[in-house]
Amino acid sequence: MNKLVLIAGGSTLVYAVLALMMGVLPGIALSGTAPGPGVEPLTALQAEGRAVYVANGCSYCHTQQVRPLPQDKVYGRPSARGDFAYQTPELLGSQRTGPDLTNIAVRQPSAVWQYIHLYNPRALVPESVMPAFDWMFQVVDDVPPGVTPVALPKAYAPAAGVVVPTHDAQALLAYLMSLKQPALRGDAAQNGGAMPAIATSSAGAADAGATTSARAAGPAAAPSDNGYDAAKGQVLFIANCAACHQATGEGLPGAFPALKGNAAVNDADATTHIRAVLHGLQGADVGGVVYASPMPPFADTLGDADIANIVNYERSAWGNHGAPVTMQQVTAERAKGK
Amino acid sequence: MQTGVAAHHSSLGEKDNRALASIFAAYTVSATLWLLFATAVGLLLAYKFGAPDFGAGAWLTFGRLRPIHTNATFYGWASVALVGLAYYVAARSSRISLYSVKLAWIGLVLFNVAAVAGTVALDLGYNDGNLEYREWPWPIRFVFLAALVVTAWNLIGTVARRSTDDIYLSNWYTIGGVLWTCIIALVAILPWYQYGLGQVSVSGYYMHNAVGMWFTPLALGIFYYALPRLVSRPIYSYALGVFAFWTNLVFYPIIGAHHFLFSPLPWWLQTTAIVFSVAMLVPVWGGSANFLLTMRGRVRDLTHSYPLMFVLVGVLGYLVGSTQGTVEAFRSLQEVWHLTNFTVGHSHLTMYGFITFAIWGGVYALLPLATGKEPGRLGLMLHFWMAVVGSFIYVISLSIGGTIQGLDWKSGLPFIQSVVDMQAYHVWRGVGGSLMFLSHIVFAWNVWRMTYGRTAKAAPLVALPVGEAAA
Repeated sequence: MNKLVLIAGGSTLVYAVLALMMGVLPGIALSGTAPGPGVEPLTALQAEGRAVYVANGCSYCHTQQVRPLPQDKVYGRPSARGDFAYQTPELLGSQRTGPDLTNIAVRQPSAVWQYIHLYNPRALVPESVMPAFDWMFQVVDDVPPGVTPVALPKAYAPAAGVVVPTHDAQALLAYLMSLKQPALRGDAAQNGGAMPAIATSSAGAADAGATTSARAAGPAAAPSDNGYDAAKGQVLFIANCAACHQATGEGLPGAFPALKGNAAVNDADATTHIRAVLHGLQGADVGGVVYASPMPPFADTLGDADIANIVNYERSAWGNHGAPVTMQQVTAERAKGK
Repeated sequence: MQTGVAAHHSSLGEKDNRALASIFAAYTVSATLWLLFATAVGLLLAYKFGAPDFGAGAWLTFGRLRPIHTNATFYGWASVALVGLAYYVAARSSRISLYSVKLAWIGLVLFNVAAVAGTVALDLGYNDGNLEYREWPWPIRFVFLAALVVTAWNLIGTVARRSTDDIYLSNWYTIGGVLWTCIIALVAILPWYQYGLGQVSVSGYYMHNAVGMWFTPLALGIFYYALPRLVSRPIYSYALGVFAFWTNLVFYPIIGAHHFLFSPLPWWLQTTAIVFSVAMLVPVWGGSANFLLTMRGRVRDLTHSYPLMFVLVGVLGYLVGSTQGTVEAFRSLQEVWHLTNFTVGHSHLTMYGFITFAIWGGVYALLPLATGKEPGRLGLMLHFWMAVVGSFIYVISLSIGGTIQGLDWKSGLPFIQSVVDMQAYHVWRGVGGSLMFLSHIVFAWNVWRMTYGRTAKAAPLVALPVGEAAA
């Protein structure tokens, strides 16, 4: 019996101490982490949306943690400790079958896009493997007041009636639109104060867009005289623009304007085009159609060289023939401010 | 001291032997049904990567089925099967009857109530926060905890009444595993100290301890009993087994935070986890060497003993999977592999290549001894080869695909490129998964033959119905 007490009891005692040290005590200590500047609790509707997110296991494919690594730069600044003050249950996730959503409200602020994408992701991203959440929508004949029907492309729309989001879908959208990183002050805070070793490499890759796309471009794509690199331009376009404007440049009728044959894109004066990419658009009138969907600004996420490459790609692809721009033009427009 | 293996049952009544056999059989049958269910769900999930619109609607959506697959595998299949084996090993190695047959039945019912309720809850969208492996709503996890407490009580009671002097090493691992897991379950359920980042640290702790302090010790306990029986010689070094026990106990609980490298968790917590992930090589290599040296010079036995082949694959799965875990914990490699499908490959190499093969080896080695019924050789062969080849394809394809995914991200390609690049590997994963699932059907057939099937060699099991045997 004594042997049993020693083995079972002794090992359990050792384990209990370790569980306390490595599980419970860090849990208690870190639970008190104060919210970072600008980190707000969720509204009732956003919290409801978060419950929908959890119920349907969104975080099995989407992380909500930006690491201080160059490849995570596209998702926002590195996550800081204070970001998680109101995040219970935590949704950091362990897999990126889909992209990180920490900052999705900034990266894709368009409700029009989010609803179409939730209804069926393949309507916007043909290669997507995300499930369709069409069961969070209803088909109605008459649109209830105050509700905007989902602007589905013909191939995905029902034969009769229009598609409107249910309350769950509206709550989920409200939650997704709450996912934006508040800006942090100072470099120490930038790295959450926890990553001494990585801080330098993260700062070194401050312009990750430029760094990474340079790696992606093949040797065949030598930059032309004005510095335009067609391969880089295409990669950047696919990563940042194609979800709405589509790889074909044709957009989605009624939801996202086409860039193919677009007046601003083909205009000899590129000012409007460059400014749209830098600062985004709201309620834009393109060719007589007013688009409800906002276009996000890229001034904070992309450098001047990258923006010039995107603009030049758009001005030369799909039969477009806008005059090429230089990086200096982008720099000049950026300097003018919004 | 290395007795306990060649147990003689003369002091035990026929009634005790039958009761033990029916407990062992019932746990194995119940676990097998969960294996079939969990892997059928897994197959559907794999299929959805090629056909995302297949199986539409809320109840079949990926995010609900995925935790059903993992939890059913963990708590329906592996837990129940290992507890059934642990009971048999405890009673046989202690040369005594089970402390309480009734408690064993109660435990089985509790395990199943928890797994059924948890599965239904998850499918209805009652997911406790997407916190991996503790997604069941907390009242259901209390039922699971109750099953653990019952099991611990019963195992301790059995070993306490042993007629041997020493406590055979297997029981150290199984009793320890059940007791530690009671603590793990409690730490995970109690909500009052888990908010925000605090919960992240608890998730890291829980995720790793739920596998490493539950399945690992139980599976190792099975190795320590089944392997000596299969090769008819004592374990190579009893002392090494004891050494691995204590080092495993001290190192494993510390490494959980390696699931959150580069996260805002304190840097020291992450670094500590990496250091002890390396230290884990001590019990892993020590344990594996012990098993392999026990098998030394018996290569020819392998060719005519499928149970031994299952154990060998399980030991290699333990060695390779755990070593891979150490390697993955390095920051430089985590930078590429973290958040990719490589992790999914790793979890299958360990939960399947190690734990599941260990269970199969144990069941094939011991269940026929309990019931007096053998599976057919064709069934064994089909099961073994489909499971080995299937899981090999599965793990290799996801390891390659996951590496490509990580490199795609590092080279700054658009995210969707990493999805496109995975397509071929998703198909291969499905091929491997299909073979694995087919092998489970054969396993179920083999289990049937070892329990309730007709055989010329042995009398049928007496205690067929669940209720009757509880008496």
